[in-house]
Parts: sequence; C-alpha cells; structure tokens
Amino acid sequence: MESLMVVLVGILVSIGTYLILSRHIIRVILGTAILSHAVHLLILTVGGLKTGGVPLLSQSDGPFTDALPQALILTAIVISFATTAFLLVLAYRAYKKNGSADFRELRGMSDE
Amino acid sequence: MTLDFAIIILPFFMAALMLIFYRRLKKKYIGWIVLTIPISLFILLTTYIPRIVNGETITHTYEWIPSFDLNFTTYIDGLSLIFGLLITGVGSLVILYSNFYLSMKESLHHFYLYLLLFMGAMLGLVFSDHLMVLYAFWELTSVSSFLLIAFWHHRKASRAGARKSMTITVSGGIAMLIGFLMLYQISGTFSIREIIANINVISEQSLFVPALILVLFGAFTKSAQFPFHIWLPDAMEAPTPVSAYLHSATMVKAGIYLVARFTPIFGGELVWFWAVTGVGLITLFWGSFNAVRQVDLKAILAFSTVSQLGLIMSLLGLGSIAIYLGSTKESIIYTQASFAALFHLINHSTFKGALFMMVGIVDHEIGTRDIRRLGGLMSFLPFTFTIALIGCFSMAGLPPFNGFLSKEMFFTAVLTITELNISSIQSIAWFIPIIAWIASVFTFVYCLIIVSKTFFGKIKPDILEKNPHEPPFGMLVPPFILIGLVVVIFFFPNLLGNNILKPAMLSIFPAYSSAEEIAPHVSAWHGFNTELQLTIGVVIVGIILFITVKYWKRIYRIFPQQWTFNAIYERVITFSENTSETVTKRYMNGDLTYYFIYIYMLFIAIVAGVFLYTGAFEWDPSKDAAIESYELLLVFIMIFASVAIIFVKGRISMVLLNGVLGYSVAFLFVIFRAPDLALTQLVVESVTTALFLLCFKYLPDLTPENDSKRSIMSKGFVSILVGATVSIIGLAVINYDKFKSISTYFEDSYHLAGGKNIVNTILGDFRAFDTMLEVVVLFIAGLGVYTLIKLKAKREDADSEN
Repeated sequence: MESLMVVLVGILVSIGTYLILSRHIIRVILGTAILSHAVHLLILTVGGLKTGGVPLLSQSDGPFTDALPQALILTAIVISFATTAFLLVLAYRAYKKNGSADFRELRGMSDE
Repeated sequence: MTLDFAIIILPFFMAALMLIFYRRLKKKYIGWIVLTIPISLFILLTTYIPRIVNGETITHTYEWIPSFDLNFTTYIDGLSLIFGLLITGVGSLVILYSNFYLSMKESLHHFYLYLLLFMGAMLGLVFSDHLMVLYAFWELTSVSSFLLIAFWHHRKASRAGARKSMTITVSGGIAMLIGFLMLYQISGTFSIREIIANINVISEQSLFVPALILVLFGAFTKSAQFPFHIWLPDAMEAPTPVSAYLHSATMVKAGIYLVARFTPIFGGELVWFWAVTGVGLITLFWGSFNAVRQVDLKAILAFSTVSQLGLIMSLLGLGSIAIYLGSTKESIIYTQASFAALFHLINHSTFKGALFMMVGIVDHEIGTRDIRRLGGLMSFLPFTFTIALIGCFSMAGLPPFNGFLSKEMFFTAVLTITELNISSIQSIAWFIPIIAWIASVFTFVYCLIIVSKTFFGKIKPDILEKNPHEPPFGMLVPPFILIGLVVVIFFFPNLLGNNILKPAMLSIFPAYSSAEEIAPHVSAWHGFNTELQLTIGVVIVGIILFITVKYWKRIYRIFPQQWTFNAIYERVITFSENTSETVTKRYMNGDLTYYFIYIYMLFIAIVAGVFLYTGAFEWDPSKDAAIESYELLLVFIMIFASVAIIFVKGRISMVLLNGVLGYSVAFLFVIFRAPDLALTQLVVESVTTALFLLCFKYLPDLTPENDSKRSIMSKGFVSILVGATVSIIGLAVINYDKFKSISTYFEDSYHLAGGKNIVNTILGDFRAFDTMLEVVVLFIAGLGVYTLIKLKAKREDADSEN
C-alpha cells in the first residue's frame, strides 16, 4: 500500500507542478491546491499505513497508528486552506489592477 | 587596547561619530574637527621613531577568529612607519587645505567621511601583518577612492573615472588575493613575518612563481603601472585635495608598499627583478612621454605621477637583485637602489603634493586648468609661482631640492646594475640607463611646461578680467610646508636617512644583520661623476626639446587612436556590459513559468542528484500494508481525476475534479485510521470548492494555453521529474529506520495530558504553541484577504483621478 501511495503522490505532484507551470492564474492556484493534497498524503504515508487502530484511547488498548503525522497534517490542511484563500483574493486583485490573469501578460512593469 | 591598535581604529571611530553628529555641527567646523585626527596620529607616530631607529619592531596580536587563523596583528617597523607618517602627515596638510578649497555648499560631511575612511584603511593596510586583513584594507582603500573620485557625482566624467579606477584596482586586488591564498597554501600561514622567516622552504614550491605574479598584479594596478596606468588620469576628476592625497601621495603608493614588503619574500627570484624593474622603467618612460602632450595641468601631474611611481617601482626592482645574489657583503651596493626608492617615495610626496595644491589654487582662483588658456600669472600669484617653481625643479631633479638627491641616486642605481656580472642581465642591462635618461629628459620638459605655460608669457585678456589674486592664506600654508620640506631635505638628507629610511632598509633586506651597513650616506656633491654629467645632459637636451616642442609633437600622432589602452578598456567594458545584458535578458525574461522551471530544475538536480550520488535510495515493498480492492479503486479514481484536470477546458470542471481529489483524500484518511483528518478535510474541501466558485464570478474565464508542442513537452518533462523525485524521497523516508519513532510517547496522552484522542492532545497540549501560531497564520491570511478586498475601493478611486 505504501508503494502504491508513493506512486499516487508522485502523480499528484507531477500534475500540480504542470499546472503551476501554466500561464493562467487559476490553473496555478489549483496546482498549489493539488500539491498540498499530495504532501498531506505523503506525510501520512511515510509515517506508516494501517499499523494499528484509530489513535483514540477510548476505542482500543492499542497498538495505534502513528498519531504524529496526523497532527501535522491537520495543521497543514488548515494552513493550505488559508493560503489558497489568500492566493485567490490576490489573483482577484491582480486581475482588477492589471486587467489580466495571464502571467505572460503580467510580466514586467510598464514603469520599469 | 594598546596605542598602535588605536592608530587604525581612530579614523574609523571619528568617521562613525561624524555620521551621527554632523547635523549638529556647523559646516565650517567639520573640517577642523576632522583635522585633529591626522595631526594627533602624526604626533603619536613620531614618538615611535626612536624605538624603531633602535631596531625594534612593535607587534601586537588581537585574536579575532583564532579557529580560522584570523588574527588582527599590528606590526610597526621602519617600512610601515614611513607610510604611516606619510599618510597622517600629508593627510593633515590636505585636510587643512580642503578647509579652504571646498565651498561650504558641498556636502562636506560626506567628503570628510570618505577621507577618514580612506585614512583608516590605508593605516590598516600598512600596519597589518596578516595577509587577509591587509587584503580587506587594500580593497577598502579602493572603495573609498571610488567614493572620493565620484564625489561630484553629478558629473559624468567623475562617475566614469570612479568606475574605471574601481574596475582596474579591484581586479588587481582579486588577483592579489589569489596570490595570497597560494602563499598560504604553500606556507601554511597568513603572517607576512612568518612567511619571510620560512622563505627557504617556501620558495621551492611550484606555486611560488604564480603567487609572485598575482601579487604583482595587485601592486601594479594599484600603483598605476603600465599598462594599468590608464585609471589614474581619469581619477583626476576628483576634487584636487583628493588627487593630492590619494592619487599622488598615498593610495597609489600602496602598490609600492606591497612590493617593498614582499621583496624579502620574492626578491630571490629573477622573475621579480625583471617584472618590477621592467614594468617600472616602461611606466617611467611612458608616463613622462605622455605628460608632455597633455594640456590640462592636472592631467600633466597625473601622467607625471604615473611616471614617478614607475621610477620608484624600478628602483625597488633594481634593489631586489641584492637578495638574488644572496644578501652578501658584495651585493650591498645594490641595496642602495631600494634606499633611493624609499627616499624618492618621500620626496615625491612632498613636491607632488605641493604641485597638486598649486594646481588647485590656480583652478580655484582662475577657474581653469587648461594651459592653453593660462599664462602670465607670475606677477598676480607670486606665492603660488614659488610653489610651482620649487616643486617642478625638484621633480626635474635640479639642486638645491630633494628631487636632485634621489634622481642622482637613481642614476647611480641604473649605472651600477650594468656592472652586474650575470649573463642574463648583462646582455640587456645597458638598456636600463638609457631609458632612465630619456624619461628624465621628458620629465624635465613637462616640468618646464607646467611652470612656463602657467606663469610666464602674456596673460589672456579673459583671465585678466577676473582679477586673479592669491588665495586665502590658509590655502598657501600646506603647500609652503611641503616645499619647505623639499628644501630642508636637500640640505639635511641624512636626518631623514638615519631616522626614517635606515630602519626601513632592514624591513626590505632582513638578511643583513644591521641597518648601518646597508644604509648609504646621502650627500649632494659626489664630484663631477657620471651621474652629474647625466643630469647636465638632461638639462641641456630638455631645454632644446622644450623650445622645439611644436616641431616634434607630431610624434604623438603616430600611435593609432583605436589601439590606445583607453580604447581597449572601453571596448572590453562595453562588450562585457552588452554580453551580460543579452545573456541575463535571455533567462530573466519576466515570465514566471521560466523562473519556476529554474527552481524545479535546481530542486531535481540537488535532491535527485544527492540520492543518485550517495545511493541512499532503497525500495523494500515487503513491509508494506496490504492493498484492498476498494483502496485500489480509490487510487485509480484519483489518478484519473488528476490527469483529467490537465485536459478539461472549463474552469468549473477543473474545480470539481479538484473536489473529487479532495473528497478521495478524505476517504483515504478514513481508511488510514485518521477520522479527525477526514472530518477536517471534508469541511475544508467543501469550503475551498465554494470559494473557487465564488471567485470565478470575479475572475476571467480560462484562456487556452496555446503552448507549442515543445513547450508542453518540456513542462511535462520537468513535472514528471519533480513527481519522480518526490516519490524517491517518500520511498527513502519509508525505509529509513536508523532512529526509533517518537510517536509512542504520545500514546500515554491520558496520563500526560488528560485526553483520550491522541491527535487532539498533540495539537492542544503537547504542541499547543504550534497550534497557537497556526491560528496566527490563519489570522494574518484573513487579514490579508480582508485588506485586499477593502483596499479596492480606495485605490481605484485614486487610479481614476490620475
């Protein structure tokens, strides 16, 4: 299962990277969202999968799955949501100000 | 902290104080306050003279970074004391002079700040024993010189001159640095004294001669030796006091100092003799030859400085032959050349300093330095005329001025070398006195030009209208002190020789036991010998050439214009500027995609490269958890959804596919025993999708990428490599078992934190501080979102007004 998950993560990272390399700002933001999915799965996978029960003491006496990666991912999910929201508003502002959401048109400043 | 350390620190300290307090000072006092520094340092340094004359050297070491062998060692011996006295002595006079020369409208605090910076750097340079410290101060003098040349930075010529001097001296400095590192490599020490002490072992290493050449590059660029001399005339764009101080008396002599300091190290090599003597002689000739054709008084002085530096350099080269010959009693006669070099070094600073100040006065009072517009000023500026006359006659080598003494010693040195019994030298040594003599003739000619074109002849009517008059008294004092020295040194040369020059001889020739045997007695009259006949010849031929100058001036036109060193320099600079611009524009094209690709390529190269190089990667699927069929299905759904995102055209379907990915991740969380994550992921994914859809209302629709096939291929290639690299990292981490997991600690959460949900206790208790900071991040992001939306109204109003 771990090997399969690593392959899945690799594919997701490739797709995310490909989208980040696009011209359009929405594709880029979506790329970062996919990257964060991939990273969450990667953290969970490297901690070992299905090595025990749900990490709730009330459910069983153990062994438990590694709880530390889960705590890290919980933080990461929330932060990546905040980042995505901020990027979307930034894209909105950039579009309002420059009239384009295309990175190739946004490059350079006229007053440079 | 001892006194000799304070010598270096004091100028920097004063510079820092001035930066803080200059606003509270009245402008006219700044210069006078700064003046106290060089004067007190000069007096302090004179107190060292008795100890140095007794043969003492004073060393103090301050440990800075001992583990890197970086120590701050001050080393005061005869050689560095000469330079210390010159720097502080001429510095005092120049600052006194500047008080009258610079108008109150100039930004004086900058001027004196740079000047103090230079003074400190120069003192640090001559008093450091550690090669790296010496190098740092060396470059600092280049930087302060750059700042001072560009002091009137609104003028294009000033900026160009500053850049030129910086480019040339700093490139030489870097060559010198490499030379120093080579020396360190072969000697194992950065201390100049220790290198000298172990010279027998060091000189046999193969890197020794390359180090020699590189160090000479530094010295030659700094001291404006042929063909690097081209920066010095352009540096004359600096205010005249700066030219007098940096570009004639002190900074350009740093190269001389370096050559003198390294003579005990490299002097045993014949290469050193030929390089230093040869380059010095060519510079001597070329500088004097070109000075004659100049029309700007300062340009004449600039080329004359180049030429005189060449003279001193060649003398040091001639003197080094004594070390080549093994520092025996028979070779003492050759050390006389080095004595002459030090002697002329001081003499040159006196008369050239005075001459620069004289030109400054003419420029200040008349408003031009062009000799075609000047003339007949003798009766209007009698004191200035006196300065010019004495300075020029000393420079031309006439009695009763100090230049005569050192010029005679120079002739002695070049004549002595022809008697040397080494076949490789003897065959062309006869050439040396001839070049020296011809250069002296040209020196005599331009000296006559300076005096006669400025002060004799008829005064031009437009200058007469300006009512030329003597400058304020204070401006005449410094040059008069200098020409006073010019005369005094002629009559009492041995006072200087015994107290200042003699101790320095031991610094250059440490192999001799005492300074008494190598320091000659200077006297003005040696009988009607060859040297005197040469001088008389110089005067006669010089006068003839001066009278006939307009007939033979055509000679300068035979040099092709496009092959002057200046033109070559310009072409090299323009070429490198254009090339670097083209190259930079090619990859820094402003397109974000390209920048991402650079970053990804670097990431792949470093991370995947390390894995390949160290072989750290291993894959062992035997410990994997089993794969259930529904898990496989979920993974395939995700792969399908993610690949589809690339190919769908509409933005709504893209976001929905991303939602599919997010919900699948939530399912995976459930399967992998992470209920908290699954819950959070479900909520966040729903909100994110909604947010995307909301923003689509305000954002333009997707445009087709319209990429070429090649661009798609390269993007895909990079993406796949990045994905593969991440997979490799993942596999490597999974199979990493060098340390035990720390997670079991948290399983005791009920006792440690009173919670039965381990994940929750980690977030809320064990790592509560992290969670708090996470909330702060959320808060900041929220604030950012809010501001960006709110800011809109205001900014767009402002835009519409424009």
